[in-house]
Amino acid sequence: MSDKYILEMQDIVKEFPGVKALNGVQLKVPGTVHTLMGENGAGKSTLMKCLIGIQPVTSGKIIYKGQEVNYKNTQKALDAGISMIHQELSPVMERSVCDNVWLGREPKKGLILDHKKMYNDCVLLFKKMGLDLDPNEKMKNLTVAKMQMVEIVKAVSYDCSIVIMDEPTSALTDTEVEDLFKIIADLKKKNVAVIYISHKMDEIFRISDDISVYRDGEYIATDKAENLNQEKIIKLMVGREITDMFPKVKCKIGSTVLKVEGLCSGREVKNVSFEVHKGEILGFAGLVGAGRTETMETIFGMRRKTGGKIYKDGVEINISSPEDAIGNKISLLTEDRRGNGIVGLLSVKENTVLANLKAYGMPLNHKRMVEDTQKYIDQIRVKTPSMETPIQNLSGGNQQKVLIGRWRLTDPDVLIVDEPTRGIDVGAKAEIHEQLSQLAKQGKAIIVVSSEMPEVMGVADRIVVMHEGAVTGVVSRDEMTQELIMRYATKQV
Amino acid sequence: MSAKQKRILSDNAIWLILIVLVIIMTVANGNFFTVANLRTLLTGESIKGIMAFGMALAILTKGIDLSIGAVAALIACVTGALVQPADLATRVLSFGPIPGPLAILIGLIMGAAIGAVIGWLVAYTQIPPFIATLGAQLICRAASKMFTTRPVSNLSDSYRFLGSGDVLGIPMIIIVFLILLGATAFILTQTRFGKSLYAIGGNAQAARVAGINVELSLVKAYILCSLMGAIGGILLAGRAGSVDPANSGLSYELDAVAAATVGGTSHSGGICRISGVLCGILILGVVNNGLVLMGVDDNMTNVIKGVIIIGAVVMDMRKNVKKA
Repeated sequence: MSDKYILEMQDIVKEFPGVKALNGVQLKVPGTVHTLMGENGAGKSTLMKCLIGIQPVTSGKIIYKGQEVNYKNTQKALDAGISMIHQELSPVMERSVCDNVWLGREPKKGLILDHKKMYNDCVLLFKKMGLDLDPNEKMKNLTVAKMQMVEIVKAVSYDCSIVIMDEPTSALTDTEVEDLFKIIADLKKKNVAVIYISHKMDEIFRISDDISVYRDGEYIATDKAENLNQEKIIKLMVGREITDMFPKVKCKIGSTVLKVEGLCSGREVKNVSFEVHKGEILGFAGLVGAGRTETMETIFGMRRKTGGKIYKDGVEINISSPEDAIGNKISLLTEDRRGNGIVGLLSVKENTVLANLKAYGMPLNHKRMVEDTQKYIDQIRVKTPSMETPIQNLSGGNQQKVLIGRWRLTDPDVLIVDEPTRGIDVGAKAEIHEQLSQLAKQGKAIIVVSSEMPEVMGVADRIVVMHEGAVTGVVSRDEMTQELIMRYATKQV
Repeated sequence: MSAKQKRILSDNAIWLILIVLVIIMTVANGNFFTVANLRTLLTGESIKGIMAFGMALAILTKGIDLSIGAVAALIACVTGALVQPADLATRVLSFGPIPGPLAILIGLIMGAAIGAVIGWLVAYTQIPPFIATLGAQLICRAASKMFTTRPVSNLSDSYRFLGSGDVLGIPMIIIVFLILLGATAFILTQTRFGKSLYAIGGNAQAARVAGINVELSLVKAYILCSLMGAIGGILLAGRAGSVDPANSGLSYELDAVAAATVGGTSHSGGICRISGVLCGILILGVVNNGLVLMGVDDNMTNVIKGVIIIGAVVMDMRKNVKKA
C-alpha cells in the first residue's frame, strides 16, 4: 500500500509548550501536485517544518520512499531529496544572486570556489526557468517578487523528489505567477512531487491534483481537486459556511475627515490628492510599485514628505513621525508585518498596547492593559494560548489580528490598512473585512490598500487607482469593474 | 509539572544556581556565610552592580556602553577635586572646597551630559554603540588623566558619606544600590519609556511605527547608563577616599556587561529582567568572594568567571532556540 505514495505522514503530533499544534495529522502524497489548505494556525506550515527537520515531531511516523525517516535538520532532508521554499524569505542581502543560489553547496575546484561554474550554471538555470536576471546583481537590489523567484529557482535546482512551496505567490506579480506555474508543470513532467500551500483559490484549482484540508491542528479530508470546489473547501476549512466574504454594511457617508493635496515624496509619490469621509471605506488599487504603500507611509510620517498638504477635519496638520500621526488620530497597519509590525519577542498583550502606552499613565496601569487586551482577543477572535504568549509563536493571521487590535485600541479617526489580509486564510479574511465595515459604521474613515482586486472592490465605497506614483483615476462603487480599474492601473485610458 | 510551573522554573533557574553556589562556598569555607563577609561581598559588588543596571538598559536596546568605567573615573576625579580641603598641598584645583552634596550634583549633571552626547551619537548618526562608547571610553579616561596626574585624595566627609557612611548599621553604598535597583525596576516595568526600550530592542522599526520616539528613547537610555557610571564613580571615590585617574573604575564596564549577561539580558535585544541582573551580580560576587576566601589565585578566579559567563549565554541561547 505504502509504495503507492512517495511520502506518507501518519498520526503526527506536535506539541509546543501550552499548545498542541498538530494532533494526529496525516498526509499522503503521490508523485503529483498536492495542495494543503487550512486557516492560519491549522498546522500546515508546522507539518512541513516537522517533515524537513526544522522542528522535531512529538510523535508519529514519516515514511519517505518506503522507509521510515526522521530528519534532524534541513540539510539531511535536502540530501534525501526534499527542499522547501519558505513563506518568509531569508536571502543574504549583501551577496549576489549567484552566491545566494549556490549558498552552502558552492562548486569547488580543489579547495577554491569555482566562480566561473557558479556563474555559468546560474545563467543556465535562469534561462531554463525563464527568469531574466543578472547573476551578479546584489540580492538587496531586487524587488521582493524577484527575490522570491530566486528562492524558487534555488529550491527547484536541488533536483529533489519533493519540493515544498509555502505560499510562494504571496509576493509575486501575475507574470511571475505564470512563470512559477510553468516551473511546477515542468516538475510534474519530471515526476517531482510538489506540496503546495496557498490561500488563493484560483491558483489552487489551476495546479492541484489533490487537496488536503486541515483545521486547528486536525486532519479534515483529502480529495481529488476535480471533486472539490471553492464552497466545499471553505466549508471544510472553517467548519461552517461563510455566506459573505465582504460583509458590506451600508454606512452614512459624512464630512471630510482627511484631505490630501498634492502630496509628494521623492520619486515614489507624485502629486497625490484625495479625500476620505466619515463612514467611508476608500480603496487604493494599483499594480505592485504603484506607490500606494509609499503614499500611506508619507501620510503616516514614516517617509519624508517633499511636497503637498494634509488636512484633518479641515485643519492643515504637520506630520513628521508616526508619533505625530497617532497624535492626530491617524493609524496605519503596515504591509510588512514582521518588518515593522510585530515585536516578536514581546507578548500578545505587550504588542496590543504598544501604540497606546500613553493612555496607561505612570506607573503603568497593568490591570487596564490586561482588560484592553482581553477585549480585543475576544472581539477579533485571536487564537492564542494566553495573552502572555510571545507573539512570534502565533500564526500569521493571528498576529495580524493582534495588530488590528493594537490600532483599534488607539481609537483612530482615520484607519489606514495596507494589504490587511495578505497571507491570511479565508475565515480570518472575512472577519477582518467585517471589522473594517463595523468601524466605518461607527463613523471612522477607512483607507484600504490592497493588491487583491476582489477585496478592494468588495469593501470599498470608492477606489483611487494609482500608477507609477500618481493617481490615474477614481472609481465610484456603481461604476466599479475589474476592467476599468485595470485600465487606470496600467494607464491605458 | 504543568507548563506554567515549567516556565517559572526555567525563568528562575539562575536563582537556583546562585543558591547552589552559596551552599558550595559555605561548605568549602566556614568564613563565607558570616555577616561580616556578606557585608564585604555586598559593598564590594554594589558599585559594579549599579553600573550593571545601566549597562542592562543599553544592552536591552541592542547596544552596549563601554565608556561606563571611564566615565566613573572622570566624574570621581572632578567631583573629588571639588571637595579637597583648601590647605592640602597636593590639591588639584585652586579653589574650593564646595559642599559634598553640591559636588555630587555637579557630578550627576556631568554624567547625564556625557550620556546625552553618547546617546545622540548612537541614535542620530547611527554609528554602532560599540564604537561610539569605545571612543567615549578613550576620551573620558584620557580626560581624567589630563585633569590630574596625581591621585585625588583627602576628600571631605560629606562627600564620602554615600560611599563609606552608614545608616542604622547598614552601609549607605548598599542602600544606594537598593534604591537604584528599585528605580531601574520601576522604569522597566512601570513606565512607558521602559516598555519602549523593550520594543526598540525587539524591533526598532515596529516601535517607530507604533508611535514611539526611538531616537529620544535611546538618548534617555544612554543618559541613564552614564548616570549609573557617574554614581558608581562617586561611590568609588567615597569608599576609597581617593581616586586614581589612571586606574579607578578600570574595566568595570566589562564586569557590568558580565553581570548583565549572566543575568539573562540578551545581546540581541529586547530581553532583560532586572531581577535577573541582580542575580547575575550576586553570582559573580559570590564566586569572586568565595574563591578569594579559599585562597584560589587571581588567574584561576578569572578562568572560572569566564566559564560562568560563557556558560550562562550558552544556556540562554539554548532556551531561546527551543522556544523558536
